[in-house]
Amino acid sequence: MDYEILRLIWWALLGILLIGFAVMDGFDFGTGILLPFVGRTDIERRVVINSVGPTWEGNQVWLILGGGAIFAAWPPLYAAAFSGFYLAMFLLLSALILRPVGFKFRSKFQSSGMRSMWDWALFVGGFVPALIFGVAFGNLFVGVPYGFDSDLRFHEEITLFSLLNPFALLCGLTSVAMHVLHGSTWVSLKAADAKPGDRARAIMPWAALAFILLFVVAGVWVQNLEGYKITSALAPNGPSNPTLKTVALVTGGWLANYRAVPLLWLAPLVAVLGAVLAVLLRKKPLLAWISSALVPVGTISTAGLALFPFFLPSSSHPDQSLTVWDGSSSKLTLEIMLACVVIFLPIVLAYTGWVYRIMRGPVRAENIMSDSNANY
Amino acid sequence: MDIVELSRLQFAATALYHFLFVPLTLGLSILLGIMETVYVMTGKQIWRDMTKFWGTLFGINFVMGVATGITMEFQFGTNWAYYSHYVGDVFGAPLAIEGLMAFFLEATFVGIFFFGWNRMSKVGHLVITWGLALGTNLSALWILIANGWMQYPVGSSFNAQTMRMEVTNFMDVVFNPVAQAKFVHTVSAGYVVGAVFVLAISAYYLARRRHVELAKRSMTVAAAFGLAASLSVVVLGDESGYVAGQNQKMKVAAIEAMWNTEPAPASFTVFGIPDMKTHTTKAEVKVPWVLGLIATRSVDKEVPGINNLVEAAKERIKSGIVAYDALDKLKRDRTNAELRKTFDAHVADLGYGLLLKKYRPDVQNATPAEIQAAANSTVPNVPVLFWSFRFMVGLGFYFILLFALAFYLSAKRKLDSSKLFLKAAFWTLPLPWIAAELGWIVAEYGRQPWVIDGVLPTSLAVSGTVAGNVLFSLLGFVVFYSTLLVADIYLLKKYIKLGPDETLGHKVGETLVAAE
Repeated sequence: MDYEILRLIWWALLGILLIGFAVMDGFDFGTGILLPFVGRTDIERRVVINSVGPTWEGNQVWLILGGGAIFAAWPPLYAAAFSGFYLAMFLLLSALILRPVGFKFRSKFQSSGMRSMWDWALFVGGFVPALIFGVAFGNLFVGVPYGFDSDLRFHEEITLFSLLNPFALLCGLTSVAMHVLHGSTWVSLKAADAKPGDRARAIMPWAALAFILLFVVAGVWVQNLEGYKITSALAPNGPSNPTLKTVALVTGGWLANYRAVPLLWLAPLVAVLGAVLAVLLRKKPLLAWISSALVPVGTISTAGLALFPFFLPSSSHPDQSLTVWDGSSSKLTLEIMLACVVIFLPIVLAYTGWVYRIMRGPVRAENIMSDSNANY
Repeated sequence: MDIVELSRLQFAATALYHFLFVPLTLGLSILLGIMETVYVMTGKQIWRDMTKFWGTLFGINFVMGVATGITMEFQFGTNWAYYSHYVGDVFGAPLAIEGLMAFFLEATFVGIFFFGWNRMSKVGHLVITWGLALGTNLSALWILIANGWMQYPVGSSFNAQTMRMEVTNFMDVVFNPVAQAKFVHTVSAGYVVGAVFVLAISAYYLARRRHVELAKRSMTVAAAFGLAASLSVVVLGDESGYVAGQNQKMKVAAIEAMWNTEPAPASFTVFGIPDMKTHTTKAEVKVPWVLGLIATRSVDKEVPGINNLVEAAKERIKSGIVAYDALDKLKRDRTNAELRKTFDAHVADLGYGLLLKKYRPDVQNATPAEIQAAANSTVPNVPVLFWSFRFMVGLGFYFILLFALAFYLSAKRKLDSSKLFLKAAFWTLPLPWIAAELGWIVAEYGRQPWVIDGVLPTSLAVSGTVAGNVLFSLLGFVVFYSTLLVADIYLLKKYIKLGPDETLGHKVGETLVAAE
């Protein structure tokens, strides 16, 4: 297979893995954010936690796999993004570490003070990652200061505060709204006949409205940002060395792909439509959840298609911005990894589906209490 | 402390924490599979209770492994950015495959292991349990394939256009003999941890005459499994020593504190006080022949000593300077065939040339004194390796004895007859963790100064972030992990004290009250 085609496939696969993560782990994050608000008593909160209890661990592997896939398929991107966003990554990791222990430990402590503390830990474990992922995506559009020397050693001047610019924060809030919406449809589905389900259904329209407003404002704002454009001859089959091209900045340039291919407008349309449908279908919980799953599908596609072929634009050395064409692994590694994905991803999807089938049906308070020590 | 030392300290701290939980997961998952298989085959309720009770403890430990594992995957990027760029093409693939093939399986099934008991058939649940065990063990396989490549970088070569190592033969990476030996050795060590865990806690119950039926059966399983595992960990640990002798001669020499090459077959130093400054070992007690037999599987091959290896490293550094110089010129003159030829002739020693980077940026102009210093720096910390290895091996033999005794007593149905044995079994509880951590130190600290043996020095592999950031995250992780570890041990103790009956809710009334 052509190196160019392989790189394109891996760009798409990275998008699919990120979407898989946002869809599958996204409602876990949203459920965590909603936990202190839709569950008021201890047993109500246990219903909410057990709604994701049996499956959150598998869902989180989408993140692990996403990280691993960036490492294997886009090593310079992995090196640059993870070390460049150092403190943000540390915050993210701290929040993510709270989740596994929070789920498992929370109800194994008897005191209500300890349980309440773990509830807030789970809130942080959902809110902080949702915010940071949004802020990170926002910074891709703004660009971050970094470059490479002739050994391709990565240098950066990124600080935590430079990441918290207004556009990135807007994207962060958009992401939080998206996760709250996706979490609310899940709680509504799994706690269908309990109070948390009712409260989640009441929150749903507000979350959807907030998402749509923030998403549209971000879309308008992007027209005033400087987009990046490769000005030297494209070398889609060239070596993965990000120092060999030239790049120009064009105001509104992030919409160039949309101007060239109007069909791409379907992506933002899917995001908005998903949010609207989730609210309209909220009396049919499963359909509402499927609709809210369309929101991350549309949102991440919208961002990815706008940025293409850029991954991580550099504001200090635009010529060295990492792109699809000069930030990948070798052809052989991409081929091997593609074969692994083709073989194993369907197997993963199959047993994930099986597990969800086994755990189908709503979570009820009496089921939790009947085996109190085993349940979360 | 500079960024290299802080980053190394953070990696060591987070890896050693992570490795507190992983071995128990590896061993206990198999033991759960065995117990549940007996339940499905015999239909006896007690085996189901055993699976569920040990499963509860497994679950508390498992989430700590998951929580500390996320850091491990991200840390290569956050703290070892140049490493990630330099070897990501080779090293990233096994990590990604681990996620896809192993971690997905284990993480998806672990939830159903706990929540699926009343939702599926006996055999269906057994499939879940064994799937979970398979997932954890496959996970170890791919991680050790990645790690094995760091010890013995096969199937790859340096690409001057992209300035990094790239895969040339992926099958060589997968079937790397070092990775295979390390896999078997490491999972066996995990099985020992799991077996000691079950043995020690069962001994605690038996000594107090609590849950006798469950404890006796658990002990029988742990004794048989532990005996096989502890034999395997020593015998196949020897295999790993043999493989290291072939590839990491410096590591073997440092473990033995063998400063100069001896006439074959080399003797094994049982005791000694190695001195890094004078390159001598005081108060040596030697057993003739043994080291030569282990490291070369022969009586006529020499095991090279540290000083001789330093001399060899010096020659490779000189060759590495030529490679570095040619590469530097190639960057400006990419099509020059003459340079290309010179580079190709010396590229195998490029990593040795990079050792000089610690002393000066322009490697080409290194002085003889700097070359000597770089050659000396290829010696890892001998006293630490020497003693870590000896304690680890000593513990290994002790486990064989303990499990052999347990196996004998269980065959004679006398497990609860000896108070002394039960006491010894209980106090063995922390020892396999110590052995496992020492094993990590021997393997990884013994790899220094290399992050990829002979290819990339550790000091070059770090990120460009500022040292203050790393100090902050290091302190953060230590405080954070320690707090979680306290909660983890508190809960393990609580559920061990509660015992199986209450943990499993057999006294339903009480549990309900407790939960209110």
